[in-house]
Amino acid sequence: MKQRSRLEKVLSAGKFAVTAELGPPQNADPDVIKKKSQYCLGNVDGANITDNQTAIVRMSSIAAGAIAISCGLEPVVQMVCRDRNRIAMQSDILGAAALGVKNLLCLSGDHQKFGNHPQSNNVFDIDSVQLIAMVKKMRDEKQFLSGDPIKEHEPRLFIGAVENPFADPFEFRVIRLAKKIEAGADFIQTQCVFDVDKFARWMELVVKAGLHEKVYILAGLTPVRSERALKYMKAEVAGMSIPDELISRMEAAGDKEEKKEEGIKICLEMIEKVKNMEGVAGIHLMPIGWESITPVILERAGLLPRPEV
Amino acid sequence: MIVGDRKPLEEILNSIKDYKKIMLMGCGGCVTVCFSGGAKAVGLLASQIKMARKKQGRDIEIIECTPERQCEYEFIDALKKDIESVEAVLSIACGVGVQTMNERHPRTITIPGLNTKFMGYPVEHGFWEERCAGCGDCVLEWTGGICPIARCAKKLLNGPCGGSSDGKCEVDKDTDCVWQLIYDRLKSLNKLDNLTVVREAKDWRTSTNAGQRKIKFEEAML
Repeated sequence: MKQRSRLEKVLSAGKFAVTAELGPPQNADPDVIKKKSQYCLGNVDGANITDNQTAIVRMSSIAAGAIAISCGLEPVVQMVCRDRNRIAMQSDILGAAALGVKNLLCLSGDHQKFGNHPQSNNVFDIDSVQLIAMVKKMRDEKQFLSGDPIKEHEPRLFIGAVENPFADPFEFRVIRLAKKIEAGADFIQTQCVFDVDKFARWMELVVKAGLHEKVYILAGLTPVRSERALKYMKAEVAGMSIPDELISRMEAAGDKEEKKEEGIKICLEMIEKVKNMEGVAGIHLMPIGWESITPVILERAGLLPRPEV
Repeated sequence: MIVGDRKPLEEILNSIKDYKKIMLMGCGGCVTVCFSGGAKAVGLLASQIKMARKKQGRDIEIIECTPERQCEYEFIDALKKDIESVEAVLSIACGVGVQTMNERHPRTITIPGLNTKFMGYPVEHGFWEERCAGCGDCVLEWTGGICPIARCAKKLLNGPCGGSSDGKCEVDKDTDCVWQLIYDRLKSLNKLDNLTVVREAKDWRTSTNAGQRKIKFEEAML
């Protein structure tokens, strides 16, 4: 593929890849993206820019991606199926590619019930698997979903997808991953791993099915600053598996600074564990609301400097 | 069947506040079976309205009736005289009944007293659940007879999403994840292969997106 993204080059070279999340603001201030970009610049192979995550209105992921590019970063732009039909999505895919975006992560999207406009009508004209197939069709077959040709300048995108090893039905999660690969996913980013044992069991199934040879899998990791975040996720977020042991560790950690340090340590231990699992090609760091910690964790994990590719 | 839910009394009273003589029309079809719009519901609502209006010192005259089906001319035409004798008709049939009345009897306004909810059935006595979204291109053949269009909050065709947990949907913990149900059913039928196929983007033209839908059955036309 021409114009390969840095993320693709790193992964195809067999290097352990690192991406990190960069959440756009709930306003029109480009400086927020510029500031957050500094935490990622030179430290990651892709800055993953969320698309109105948890259905809360934020700056467009494509616009934020373009600002990140202007800062020298390479974004992984997220696109969800909740808010746009196939016409708008294809239009935005062309626009994103024209702005220099090289990685696109395809998701269904959080239901609007969880956001700040629960009254809205959702779209879901296509689902995430169909979105993956659509981007692949535009890139590889140079056709729109309708079959109409893209005569020149087709969007060259490295296609990402997500999978949640902690959702149910557990056995079906591997089948669904296979579907996403068949549809055209080049790399996979997982839901936040807290339950390393369950993640390991899922990875075993993935490896057994040979899927790790067809797709690059990045383990999603979220450093936390307190037990509160863990308790909240355990109680409120469906499809999350949070071991009680982690909550106890954070509770036992003393004051605010000590808790932060414990959160970092837990994250570092997880990086070490997933790094040694067969089939894991990298990590995706999701420091929700704590982006400044990205370089600290990566430095201490020995993942800096990033390789030359 | 079409399942409906009567509007709150306050809203109904407000919508008929200008009238002194109305007809309260139920329907002997679906809404009778779901207890919201049959003859009994008509009787109950009529007394509630009369009592409320009496309290306000503004009595109201109500003609009660429940045709076999409000959505067919032959049943509502039989009531023509009464319909034309009132200032308005308050209908507690589904939206189809209300519109049939308005089109067939344009000189009298027919007002809805019921919210039409969905197509479903009683999974237990007195409890209805949605089953069909009328998408116009049935997928039940490969989903084990369980509809993801009507029952998945994201209408996924390649589900389940990452929010399926312990068999429940993340959008409502009292609602089964339909993709868990589909998975379990297909597994029991030894047809899990149905789920390994990438299902292509749906053609929504058969749904509500292409404007009003029509069906012509030539043999039945006069």
